[in-house]
Amino acid sequence: MSVLSIVEQAYRGTVEEQDDTILWLSHMLKNAGADLNILLRSNAVNYAVKGQDASGLTIGGVPLTVPPTIDKDVQALIAAGVTVYAVQEDLEDLGVPQGDLIGGIQTVARSGVAGLFDKHDTVWYW
Amino acid sequence: MTTSQEKTLTVALMDPPYESEASTTALRIIDAALRKGISVNVFAYEGAVNLTMKGQAAHPNPVKGTSAEEQDHPTTARFISGLFGMSGEAAKLDWAVCGLCADERGAGDWIEGPRRGSPGDFYKFTQESVNTLIIGAR
Repeated sequence: MSVLSIVEQAYRGTVEEQDDTILWLSHMLKNAGADLNILLRSNAVNYAVKGQDASGLTIGGVPLTVPPTIDKDVQALIAAGVTVYAVQEDLEDLGVPQGDLIGGIQTVARSGVAGLFDKHDTVWYW
Repeated sequence: MTTSQEKTLTVALMDPPYESEASTTALRIIDAALRKGISVNVFAYEGAVNLTMKGQAAHPNPVKGTSAEEQDHPTTARFISGLFGMSGEAAKLDWAVCGLCADERGAGDWIEGPRRGSPGDFYKFTQESVNTLIIGAR
């Protein structure tokens, strides 16, 4: 069974979690043998932007020594065999040029999203 | 307005830990206020009662193959415990946990610092503060 996992809400608890919960879950499922791909849309397309840095946070004298590195987590998913799509128009709406994306991201037009649904047996919308 | 009112801020929280950036933002504001000598009253309502649960534990990350020690996961309870460490004569942190919200969640075992409270505490806080910041759940 092939799965298209849609990630739309970005930076939801990523500092406290040190990662994105759905990217993390997707990687765990891939490691467990799932045939799974990811579609980044809306603000979550920013997860594909390289060079993100969330370091330097300290609260109450407690430092966040291991900050989230979402772009590297997306790269690791691609390296694990997950195809990661990002909606082109959402990138343009956020002013993200193609050159700012990590390698291996597959951009897809909004009009092509339905076609992606057809290519998978099931769609999970988080 | 009294001087103590001018130097006191109230923050109402609703989000549970690990679900949004709202609580991280709130904790940063509280940290900044205390460092500037401004006392902070917090009313932890609904899911926010879980922010200070004593049983929160750091865990390894099997995706990255890192141990709990390597991940050094700063739980919200640890962050807030640190904020209580900043509380003192110059700026005081008062953290009231909604008692009924904690009861319904079984969330009564919290770290040293917060106290059991009620909506009445929140109302009192607002009367004693220069302003109230509501960070509601979305």
